[in-house]
Amino acid sequence: MGHLVGSGRPTLLDTGATEARTLINAIDPRTRILAAIAFAVVVVSLHDLRILTATLLCALALMLMARLPARSTLRRMVTMDSFIVFMLLLLPFTVPGDAMFTVFGFPATWQGLRQAVEIGLKANAIILTLMALVGSVEPVRLGHALYRLKMPEALVYLLMFMVRYVDVLQQEYLRLRVAMKARGFRPGNNRHTYQSLGYLIGMMLVRAVERSERILGAMKCRGFSGGIPLLGDLTYTGSDVYFALGFGGVLAALLALQFLV
Amino acid sequence: MSSLIELSEIHFAYPGCPSVLKGASLCLDAKERVCVVGHNGAGKSTLLHIVVGLLRPSRGRVVAFGRERRVEADFLEVRRLAGLVFQDPDDQLFCPTVAEDVAFGPLNLGKSKDEAMEIVDRVLSALDLAGFKDRITHKLSGGEKRLVTLAAVLAMEPKVLLLDEPTNALDENNEARLIEILLSLPQAMIVVSHDAQFRARIGSRAVRLVDGEIVPA
Repeated sequence: MGHLVGSGRPTLLDTGATEARTLINAIDPRTRILAAIAFAVVVVSLHDLRILTATLLCALALMLMARLPARSTLRRMVTMDSFIVFMLLLLPFTVPGDAMFTVFGFPATWQGLRQAVEIGLKANAIILTLMALVGSVEPVRLGHALYRLKMPEALVYLLMFMVRYVDVLQQEYLRLRVAMKARGFRPGNNRHTYQSLGYLIGMMLVRAVERSERILGAMKCRGFSGGIPLLGDLTYTGSDVYFALGFGGVLAALLALQFLV
Repeated sequence: MSSLIELSEIHFAYPGCPSVLKGASLCLDAKERVCVVGHNGAGKSTLLHIVVGLLRPSRGRVVAFGRERRVEADFLEVRRLAGLVFQDPDDQLFCPTVAEDVAFGPLNLGKSKDEAMEIVDRVLSALDLAGFKDRITHKLSGGEKRLVTLAAVLAMEPKVLLLDEPTNALDENNEARLIEILLSLPQAMIVVSHDAQFRARIGSRAVRLVDGEIVPA
């Protein structure tokens, strides 16, 4: 949980995107979500390594267009890579083909390496595009956009409650941590530390449940009957049309290249 | 004219705990502002929750707005007519933006989006909060949150306000502003507060909750 206590970050919901009007910011969040999905589908269907490298360059270009801070964005991308790194390392050994070298008698194959590179390129291009297009949307607007895209209401409400309360929970966590520190708690690799952190997590869960009950009570007091009306106004504009045409054109070109080579 | 709210001989215990309320009776008449005092855990908040039916007494009668209220369906009307302002504003403000939170009640009452937005504008400007409309609720300060919860409840146009420790975590300026707002409101109120100065400014009558019963303070 160390990442929660990092200083200098105002909230957990910080997208890292600038508030200023950027090329990407001017586009309706619904268009951005749909574009990211279309991009992911196209990238998954590509196979040529040169074209996949081009998609990664496209994703980098989008990141620059969204004016995301390059360092922290790329670091987030690498965090995602750590989830798939073992699969990528094992692929050369599990795919049959021509051997490059052997480790403890297990041959690593060129075909396996090619597949690992292919998956790595695809995964990074998609995650980078997601961060550039969708990750830079303000979370509340993202909820509204998903609602308007007819996502199941329960999932949208879950997202909205998360947006609303993750900060409250973080504040509660930080208050408890400060209270622990004030009484001389220093985390180490010992039984006392694990027990105390266990209490901390348990206490947060209990408080979260109690809070959820109070919230439900407050909602009932204002006539809650199962649905939360969302008010946000979203409108498609000219820039959405231009973006959709441009982005669609790039995707079509990528697909066409795949058929040509 | 009969009382707006009449609790008689209310008994209540949380599961597995000794009784909190043992025959508490309280009456609220129009234009009255009743202050309830009592030590921590005396059951002051419990009493407010019983009025709006979030908790059901094991014994006793709740009469609100001229009718006895027993089951959930009875209390739906009570919750519209009696606005409960919770102790912790974070429990109450669950919508992402201030406008949505204030509009939540009116929309639940079947108002259209335009009517709801009209109410939002009216209530927010009445409380001098017009600039807060599009603010994100969790980024408000403690005092701002408190005023927005009051706006959210007033948007339901209640006849009675139930305030649970409204001055908790308010600085002097915000407290003065809250007192000014409350004194300007026509609603009858039941106010739970530890703040003696605040009670003196607001209350028209005070009662004390002792050993699960209500006695004049």
